[in-house]
Amino acid sequence: MQSSLLSIIYLIGSVTFIIGLKMLSHPASARKGNLVAAGGMTLAILGTIFLYEKEGVRLHNYGWIFGGLAIGAFVGVLAARKVKMTAMPEMVSLFNGMGGACAALISVVEYNHLLSSQQMPAGLSLIILLGLIIGIVSFAGSMIAWGKLNGSIRDYSFKGQHIFNLVILAVLLLLAAYLVVIAGNTGAVFTRALFFYTLLLLSIVYGICFVMPIGGADMPVVISLLNSFTGVAAACGGFLYDNPVMLTGGILVGSAGTILTILMCKAMNRSLKNVLIGSFGGTKAGASTGVQGVYKAISLSDTAVVLAYANKVMIVPGYGLAVAQAQHVCHELEKLLEERGVEVKYAIHPVAGRMPGHMNVLLAEADVSYDKLLEMEAANSEFPTTDAVLILGANDVVNPAAKHDPASPIYGMPILEVELAKAVVVNKRSMKPGYAGIENELFFQPKTSMLFGDAKKVLQELLTEIRNV
Amino acid sequence: MEPIIFFVQQHISLIYIVILSVFLGIEVISRVPAVLHTPLMSGANAIHGVVIIGAIIVMGQAAADNYLALILGFLAVILGTLNVVGGFVVTDRMLEMFKGKKKS
Repeated sequence: MQSSLLSIIYLIGSVTFIIGLKMLSHPASARKGNLVAAGGMTLAILGTIFLYEKEGVRLHNYGWIFGGLAIGAFVGVLAARKVKMTAMPEMVSLFNGMGGACAALISVVEYNHLLSSQQMPAGLSLIILLGLIIGIVSFAGSMIAWGKLNGSIRDYSFKGQHIFNLVILAVLLLLAAYLVVIAGNTGAVFTRALFFYTLLLLSIVYGICFVMPIGGADMPVVISLLNSFTGVAAACGGFLYDNPVMLTGGILVGSAGTILTILMCKAMNRSLKNVLIGSFGGTKAGASTGVQGVYKAISLSDTAVVLAYANKVMIVPGYGLAVAQAQHVCHELEKLLEERGVEVKYAIHPVAGRMPGHMNVLLAEADVSYDKLLEMEAANSEFPTTDAVLILGANDVVNPAAKHDPASPIYGMPILEVELAKAVVVNKRSMKPGYAGIENELFFQPKTSMLFGDAKKVLQELLTEIRNV
Repeated sequence: MEPIIFFVQQHISLIYIVILSVFLGIEVISRVPAVLHTPLMSGANAIHGVVIIGAIIVMGQAAADNYLALILGFLAVILGTLNVVGGFVVTDRMLEMFKGKKKS
């Protein structure tokens, strides 16, 4: 009775995951979809705790289980509530890493369990090892991605890195195959344990080396890919415990994550292979391919005049705006200009910010009206009739090199064609190149002026100046 | 080869689920607007936190004197909960902002 009740609960859980994911992919129903999936998850977790039994034996160690749940939930809610909207991508990566580590830990415990019993069925050890490798790679990779996004780890690659990575991967797979096929029957417990932990260490190394050279605008793609890895690792757990809800949840995320990864690549006009092999802004994508030239600076009062007397202004928000938390001031500037009869719109590049759609989230936070946000194609067709473009901390998404310089690492990425407008004002903190580490020739064009300073401070001063115009 | 075939045979219904889920996952989210990529990724992230069920089972089956399993299982439960709870809360926060935008 109990176990059939649990089966029904798992069935409901699986269905809520499918419905939740489906709803998440439409703007109107997304929030409800998230809640539906969360409800299914809660049900599945509670059902497991109270109803799970194997050969008539119920779970025990309730104190530990509830302790772990309480700590995890407390820290999780706190972290998720406290995190700034700008740091969202880091957070997603961090949580993903936790899931990967969880899958790997399960494998470690189960393998130790297997070691103590003399028999080692090949199918079972295959599933355990797969869960371990995929989980660890996802964990280590996510931690590196997290460090990169919050700026504490720099992109790093060396000559022959890709070959090195492939060699590690090959060794990993051989070792795993050996453990499953040969050592499972003949190896001594000690040898098997030694091989298992070598495998664990190698997986960590591979996870690190895999993400290390990837950088710049490619990071979200990698996070999405690692996300689908963790899904597959969770599904391995489904096999391990004959558990359909882990299986459906894991595989759904695995396949949906893969598609999402490909969609993101498409949004940037890059292939997945390109992302993984051609490091965007890694050391070899020379920061010095360089267009150098003379740029001209513009004062705040001049910028105020340019904007206040324009008929149509387009604002291009980028990561600089996000970092400075300037989205609210930006909204004020928009309102002030509109009061003066200026038409103001926002041009949003699909990967503005740090992740696809990230900028929309930030601007929505500041109450910017939805119909003012133009997607890339719509914005590009409006630039020719725009008097002034105000770029706030965006670099790579407005770099014309993407269109005409095949040597540039961002060649082929669709960009916002701001140079079609009559005047361009670029707000940046300094002339330092952007996230992809490449110089932007836009800054040296005659109709471009540079307005240096922190986005928030500059915008606040600009507000005062415009009021005085 | 034989053990593999035996494994497939034994888990055939699970393998069916896997294959159908792959197609379902692809079908369910193809053609998502770029605006939703981040929240969707985050939501999917929370769903794979279902791995926590495995952690609970590991924890709940560990013998009282098997300290290694207890500690690792405990860690796994904490990490899994972080993934689930953090994932859903973060996604909700992101989506909340989309809602606010519609009203204005």
